[in-house]
Amino acid sequence: MMTTSDVTTDARKVASSSAANLGEQPITAGELNATGVCAWFSGRLVLEDVDLFMERHAVTALIGPSGCGKSTFLRILNRMHETINGAQLAGTVELNGEDIYSPNQRATWVRRHIGMVFQRPNPFPAMSIEQNVLAGLRFNRIKTSSKADLVEEALTKAGLWTEVKDRLSNMGGALSGGQQQRLCIARALAVRPSVLLMDEPCSALDPASTLRIEETIADIKEEVTVVIVTHNMQQANRVSDNCAFFLSENGKPGHIVEVGSTVKMFSAPNDPRTLDYVNGRFG
Amino acid sequence: MSVLDEAPTSQSPLEPDQAEDTSPQRKPIKVRDFKPSDVLLLAVTAIAAYSIVWIIFDQLTLFSGEFGFVVTWIVVFLGMYWFINLQIYGRHMAVDRLLGGIVTIGAMCMILPLVLLIVYIFSKGLPLLSLNRFTQTQAGVGPLSPISAGGFLHAIVGTLEQVALAAIMGIPIAILTAIFLNEIGGRISSSVRIVVTAMSGTPAILAGVFIYSIWVLTVHDYSGFAASLALAILLLPTVTRGTEEVLRIVHNDLREASAALGAPDWRTVWSVVLPTARSGLVTSILLGVAVSIGETAPLIMTVFGAQVMNTNPFHNPQAALPLVVYQEIKLPQKSAVALGYTASLVLFILVFTIFVLARILGSTWLQNTLRGRGKGKGARLDGDVEEELFSVALAPAMSFGSGEADVDLGYHYRPDQEDPT
Ligand SMILES: Nc1ncnc2c1ncn2[C@@H]1O[C@H](COP(=O)(O)OP(=O)(O)OP(=O)(O)O)[C@@H](O)[C@H]1O
Ligand SMILES: [Mg+2]
Repeated sequence: MMTTSDVTTDARKVASSSAANLGEQPITAGELNATGVCAWFSGRLVLEDVDLFMERHAVTALIGPSGCGKSTFLRILNRMHETINGAQLAGTVELNGEDIYSPNQRATWVRRHIGMVFQRPNPFPAMSIEQNVLAGLRFNRIKTSSKADLVEEALTKAGLWTEVKDRLSNMGGALSGGQQQRLCIARALAVRPSVLLMDEPCSALDPASTLRIEETIADIKEEVTVVIVTHNMQQANRVSDNCAFFLSENGKPGHIVEVGSTVKMFSAPNDPRTLDYVNGRFG
Repeated sequence: MSVLDEAPTSQSPLEPDQAEDTSPQRKPIKVRDFKPSDVLLLAVTAIAAYSIVWIIFDQLTLFSGEFGFVVTWIVVFLGMYWFINLQIYGRHMAVDRLLGGIVTIGAMCMILPLVLLIVYIFSKGLPLLSLNRFTQTQAGVGPLSPISAGGFLHAIVGTLEQVALAAIMGIPIAILTAIFLNEIGGRISSSVRIVVTAMSGTPAILAGVFIYSIWVLTVHDYSGFAASLALAILLLPTVTRGTEEVLRIVHNDLREASAALGAPDWRTVWSVVLPTARSGLVTSILLGVAVSIGETAPLIMTVFGAQVMNTNPFHNPQAALPLVVYQEIKLPQKSAVALGYTASLVLFILVFTIFVLARILGSTWLQNTLRGRGKGKGARLDGDVEEELFSVALAPAMSFGSGEADVDLGYHYRPDQEDPT
C-alpha cells in the first residue's frame, strides 16, 4: 500500500520491496488534490486556476463541452501534460498529500501509480494480448508469482476475459475496437494503480461493453480512485459520486464552474449554466 | 454481446460461429476473382495482339526494331484487352482490367532489368563455377595454371569480415542516431539531420580517400579494418535515414500508452517503438548492408586486394569480392575476364544468402517460435538477459538527451525464481 512516506522513496526500492508479490500486495485508493492548476499550450492559457479534490473510494466525473480543457486537466494529474512540446503548467497536484510535481518526484513513478486510459484504444501491436496486460509490470520491473492469475483477474475486471481466454497469445491489434479498449483498461489495472484516469473510455464502445465498463468502475472504486471524463450525461450520472463542470466561454481559458455531489449537480445545481448543460440545453 | 458472455451460465459464443464455418451451403464469394477462363482470355488476347503487330510491323510496313515491336505490341494488347472485356463484362470491369494490365506491365518493366541482370550473371559466371571457388584461394595460381584452378575463399572471407565490421560499427550508431533524431529531438537534432543528409550524398570514392589519408597513411598498413571504416561511413546515413522513417510511422499513441504505464523513455523505445517497427528496421539494416557489400571504390585504397588468404582484418591487405571482380575483368586475358564473371556470381550468391538469412532471423515466425517455449505462461516477460543488457546500453544514451532516464547501472539481473519456464 502507498503511504505518504513511500512517496519520497526511490521508485525501484518500492518496486522491489513492496511489490515482491503483486497479487498479495494490499491496495488502497489514493486521494488527489489539485490546487490552482493552470495550463498553457505554446504560451496560450487554456486552463485557469482549477481547484479540485478527488476523494478516495469515489468516482469523480469531469464534464463540459468540447475544448474546455478536461483532457488537459486529466493529463496534468499524471504528468502526461509535460510530454507535449510547448506545454506548460502551474499549480500543485498532491497524491495522498505529496506533491507529484516536486523536483525529487519521478514522472515515471507518478504515472505508474496514477494510471490512464485514453480515448483512442492503443494496445501495443507487437505484443500478444497477455503481454499487453503484463506490459506495465514489465516496464516497472515488478515481479509477480502468478502471471496467469493476474492476467485473468485484470481481463475479468475489464470484462474481456471470456472473449479472449482461448487466444491470449494472439496479437493485441487483432481485436475489435471495443475489445482493444477493454484490453487497455485491463493493462492499466494490472499494475494496480491507486488512481485511474479515464478520458472518454467508452466513446469507442457499444452499449453492452459500456455497461460492462461502468460495472467495472463501480467494482474497482474501493481499491482505486477513478477520475473519468465523459460526454455522456447519463453515464456521468450513473457512475460518478462527484461531478465537476468545466467550461470555457467565448475563447476564455477553461475553468471549473461548479463542483459537487453528482446527485446535487444533476438535480439542483447552484449555477444555471450547469443545469442547462446537464439537461443538454447547452454546449 | 459482452455482458451476456460474462455471465458464467451463458453458453460459449463460439458455437454458432463454428457451426456456420462447417456449413456446406455457405461459400464465401470472391471479389475480383480471376478465373481460369480469364487466364485463357488474357493469353489469347496477347497472342492475337502479337500476330496483328507481326503482320503490320514485319509484313505490311517497313518498320523494324525489337523495341518498337514490343511497344506496339503492348499498346495493341491493352486496346484489345479493354475491348474484349468491354464486350464480355461491361464498362467497369473493362476499365478495371485495363488499369490492372497497365500496372502489371509497369511492374514487369521494373523487374525485367533485374531478371536480365541475374540471367546474364548466371550465364556468364556459371560455366566456371565449381565447388573449389568457395573452398580455395588464388594462392599459387599463375597465368600458366589451368582456368579451373583456385577460388575466391580469401575474397569471401575478406568481404564478410569487412562488411561485418562495418555493420558492427555503423549500424548501432545509425540506429542510436535515428532514435536520437526521432525520439529525443531537441535543438541540435536539425543540424544532425542536415549532416546525415549530406553524408548520404558522399561519393564512395571520397570515403575511401578519407580513410586512406587519415588511417592507411598514418599506420602505414592496408587492412580490412580500414575498408570497414570506409564502408561504415557509407552505410551510416542509409541506415539512419531508413530507421528514422520507420520510427516516424510508429503511432504516437503507443508512446503515450507506454509512458502512462510508468515506462521510462528508453524502455518505451526498446519495448514498444522498436518491436513495433521491427520489420522495417530489418529492411533498413539490410539496405545498409547492401550498400556496403557492393561498394568497390573505397576498397581500392583501403584493403588493396590480395591473392592469398588473410584472415586477420586488422593487418595487411585483404581480398574482397567486388575488388576481385573489378581487378579480373580489367585484365586482358579472356580467362581472367571469365573468372571475373564467376566472382560476380559468387558475390551475388553471397548477398542473396545474407538477405534470406536476415529475413528469416527478423521474421515474426522465428520470434514467436523462440518465445513459444513458455507459451501461455507469459514467458520472457521479466528478467530477460538480452533486455537488461540493452537497457544498460540504451539508457545512458537516452538520458543524455532527455534529462530523465530511469537507469541504474548497478542494477543486477535477478532471474525470477518463480517463473515456470
Ligand atoms: N497538443 C495541443 N496543442 C495545442 N493546443 C492544444 C493541444 N491539446 C489541446 N489544446 C487546446 O487546449 C484546449 C483544451 O483542450 P482539451 O483537449 O483539454 O479539451 P477537452 O475538454 O478534452 O475537449 P474534448 O471534450 O473535445 O476532448 C483546447 O482549446 C485545445 O485547442
Ligand atoms: Mg478530450
